Amino acid sequence: MKNVYINSVGSISAQKTFDNAAFLNDITKYHDNVIPAVNPVYKDYISPAAARRMAKGIKMGIVSSKIALNEANLDNVDAIITGTGMGCVRDSEKFVRAIIDNDEQYLTPTPFIQSTHNTVGGQIALELNCKGYNFTYVHSSISFESALMDALLQLQLDEAKNILIGGVDEHGDHTTEIHKIINHIKPEQVGPYNLLNSKTEGAVFGEGANFFVLSNEKSNSSYAKITSVQTYNTLQENALKQQAIAFLKEHDLSTDDIDLLILGNNGDVNFDVFYNTLSEAFSKTPQAYYKHLSGEFNTASSFGFWLASKIIKTQTLPEVVKLNGVQASSYKTVLLYNQYRGENHSFTLLSQC
Amino acid sequence: MDALKQELKENLIEQLNLEDMSPEDIANDDMLFGDGLGLDSIDALELIVMLDKNYGIKLTDPKEGRAIFESINTMAAYISEHRSK
Repeated sequence: MKNVYINSVGSISAQKTFDNAAFLNDITKYHDNVIPAVNPVYKDYISPAAARRMAKGIKMGIVSSKIALNEANLDNVDAIITGTGMGCVRDSEKFVRAIIDNDEQYLTPTPFIQSTHNTVGGQIALELNCKGYNFTYVHSSISFESALMDALLQLQLDEAKNILIGGVDEHGDHTTEIHKIINHIKPEQVGPYNLLNSKTEGAVFGEGANFFVLSNEKSNSSYAKITSVQTYNTLQENALKQQAIAFLKEHDLSTDDIDLLILGNNGDVNFDVFYNTLSEAFSKTPQAYYKHLSGEFNTASSFGFWLASKIIKTQTLPEVVKLNGVQASSYKTVLLYNQYRGENHSFTLLSQC
Repeated sequence: MDALKQELKENLIEQLNLEDMSPEDIANDDMLFGDGLGLDSIDALELIVMLDKNYGIKLTDPKEGRAIFESINTMAAYISEHRSK
């Protein structure tokens, strides 16, 4: 089987991550519990005629894809694989609202056309004129990892050379209101920077798109090697440590071999216990978290994947993501763990290449 | 008639997400499709729905649309003559 490398990245998030030359050195601070992605100048990447029907999620997906392709010096790829939890939720809300408001009359085509979950992958393909394999995974908080797993298998088996993968989700006003009502979004004003001290239920919600060119050919600009990804729909908290050890053992590794553990803590007092459990199991390992920067969304783990890629390539752990005070001389092997509301757990293992 | 033309321009910009345009950018005799504003077939569907919803005009023959949607002038003339609301 071939090795698989992360050859380029493209990120649009609540931070100014769309500039690949920078790495979290200018943090945007928020006070709300629903934080927006920072917009690049979309017109630099998408013609106004094409962009006018696109909701934010589509624009974020296309632009982060183009940033990744530019960095990889590629005009096209063999496949496009997208992960999204909610798809194009803004247009979905728009046409459903129009159905209700207009008593099922006067329905315009644009929001419906743009509302499907695979719109982002389709629009990226249209922009690139890519007629290759195009697939979208909609698997809640393991949507991105499902896309990653598909790409990993195809590249390991040499069925493709370069694959564009990514995770994308956008805010929808109505959906956000529902999440507020059921306390999936924190009711009190904590802001993302006090996430871990909030001791309350719910999370701070975000949005974003993180795309990557994966390849089975290493380049001079490669970020990291992807060793493995594993997902679990259900996992008991008391089995988590053993599962992590077993996952590492499959790759002849132990907890001592991990140079950095990146956790998806979102500050929900009911479910951060999973992260705390793993944190204790890796108490001698440097640890980082990121959802205070990106917010929580179904594909927020793609921001964690971006963070891990940048850390391995730059060998820099930004102060703002540090979760504990343990130091490491280098970051060669990085383990990511994520789950949302106690379900859809994932381990992703990256290493220096 | 001038008020209707202004209203049409505003609706066109809002319904078709012509983000960088203002009503002043659209002349009454500008071609809406092709070399003019560059609208396309999906926009034509949006305009047909707009006529129905805002003015009570149902277009059943797509060929009719070609002449009606030629410009703001032709749209305003047709709406004035056929509107039911």
